[in-house]
Amino acid sequence: MKLTKFSNLIMGAALVLAAAGCHHAPPTVTHLPNGSLPIAGEKGFNPDQTTPIAAADPKPMDTSLGIPPTNGHPPSDWDRMPDVLQGQTVYFEYDKSAVKVSEEFKLDEVAKYLKANPTHALLVEGNCDERGTEEYNRSLGERRSLAGRERLVQMGIDASRIDTITYGEDKPAVKGHDEAAWSKNRRDDFVVLVPKATKVAMAQ
Amino acid sequence: MMRKYFLSTLTAGLLAVCFYNSKAQDNSIEITRPAMQPGVTPPIPIAIVGFTGEVASAVKFDLYVMGFIEAPPDSAKYVLNGSNNGNVQGQLSFGRSTRFSKSYSGAAIRAQAHRLSDDVVKDVTGINGIAETRIAFKVDSGPTSEIYIADFDGHNSQAVTHDHTIVAAPCWVPGHFALYYTSYKSGVPNIFFQNLTSGDRNNFAHYGGMNSSAAVSSDGHRVAMILSKTGSPDVYVCDSDGSNLKQLTHTKEDESSPCWSPDGRWICFASKINERRALYKVSVDGGEMIRIPTSGVASPSEPDWSPDGKWIAFTAQMGGFEICVVPAQGGSATPLVSGEDPSWSPNSRTLVYARRNGGNRVLSLLDVPTKQYKDASRVSGSAASNSQPSWAR
Repeated sequence: MKLTKFSNLIMGAALVLAAAGCHHAPPTVTHLPNGSLPIAGEKGFNPDQTTPIAAADPKPMDTSLGIPPTNGHPPSDWDRMPDVLQGQTVYFEYDKSAVKVSEEFKLDEVAKYLKANPTHALLVEGNCDERGTEEYNRSLGERRSLAGRERLVQMGIDASRIDTITYGEDKPAVKGHDEAAWSKNRRDDFVVLVPKATKVAMAQ
Repeated sequence: MMRKYFLSTLTAGLLAVCFYNSKAQDNSIEITRPAMQPGVTPPIPIAIVGFTGEVASAVKFDLYVMGFIEAPPDSAKYVLNGSNNGNVQGQLSFGRSTRFSKSYSGAAIRAQAHRLSDDVVKDVTGINGIAETRIAFKVDSGPTSEIYIADFDGHNSQAVTHDHTIVAAPCWVPGHFALYYTSYKSGVPNIFFQNLTSGDRNNFAHYGGMNSSAAVSSDGHRVAMILSKTGSPDVYVCDSDGSNLKQLTHTKEDESSPCWSPDGRWICFASKINERRALYKVSVDGGEMIRIPTSGVASPSEPDWSPDGKWIAFTAQMGGFEICVVPAQGGSATPLVSGEDPSWSPNSRTLVYARRNGGNRVLSLLDVPTKQYKDASRVSGSAASNSQPSWAR
């Protein structure tokens, strides 16, 4: 049994070493994985919904004539007269850019004015209410200004006489956080543009 | 006899354990965690002790938005002990073992604090922190707005533009100190490129109609944007010098907010088909629009693709606005916090976004795994909206 003492010593040493080793071993480092997420079995995932749009959805509704916009009447040569047609501001439904039938009489008035004043031009300013994200609203405001211009072209006005611009939600007509305000902000404003010489003549 | 045998085996076993542990000191053991679980990951409790003033608040802010929660030392998993008499120094412990002991010098005291925060995050999680990164954003004081850059937490802000006009949608050039942004400086929405080192800028996109929403590919070589030059806002892509312009969508509806997949192959954007708003992607080589389903939420817009390629963050609109994430191939969307217009951090873990606060927007930082969020410092206080953030990646 001499060996017992010796093996006790070894065991004791091993215990100490093991304990020391456990104490000084650093915490393990965890790395985030590189693998891709599983595709099958994702909750709510419907594989049919990723088919290309031409196959899965009907043809998109044609809501635009696709007339390229122009900025043909720069402030250097043209003056703004925002009051002339301010009563004809056209209002839109939430999240829509189609001109409502009930608003069309205003466009008739705008077209009538432009036909009566052949040297004048027009700027259509598209706007949105605050209930959209900013870049979404910038694009929606652009659609609204283009839609107003398209209706006027359909009514016989030359496209080259009409400029467009979007202000997204940057220029509310009415500040407020309710439908009374929002409904006044979803709009096309019509700004008459007159050649600078004309305005001088008109003022005399 | 059996007893001797038992003792020898036990000895051998203990010696083996000892050797195993000393080997462990040389090779880190990698444990693979499951993929990020947005919104349901518990934060890591950490005690933050000994710092004062601005350093204390910066370190606490940084660690909170990077997924830690402050806890008393006796219940915390980690303890960060330090001081800031002159320079910052800090020691991170885990149980009884010291993870690191560091001191910092040079730069502002706030920068030292941020470096300490990032060192903690790197040590604990193995991923790079975001405490030394920067953002760009829009500051809107009503009639006009300007582009600003700042530290990720809103501090050290500087105006980039001084044009007293309308601006929008800043976007960093990846890896460069340069921005694209929309400006009405010339009277209509154009996209400008600005070198922030020299201050030089050029009018990058000034086609007829609207030019907006520039997004730059990860390699910096291509720009996606929304142009209405053919009569309807559509997604376009071109080279960074403006050449090779290509129209990628041809719908009669309004597309918005293009963003790039990090591999440069796809543009993700918001659109509407048959009155239904959704996220889509299209190949940069052209082709079909492919819908990215975001089930569980409505009216998605303003997507941003994470740098690791795995997630798309976006705004959902259901009454209010919600920041959501969805796996990049589409699927079930997870709403995380009220807000809009998210932009991913370089480590694909944090989002900067805008939150409506009364009549104005403020920027806020969200840790996606834990859902912890905190507002960034504001430019111009309550007098201005801070919005449309873009994280430098």
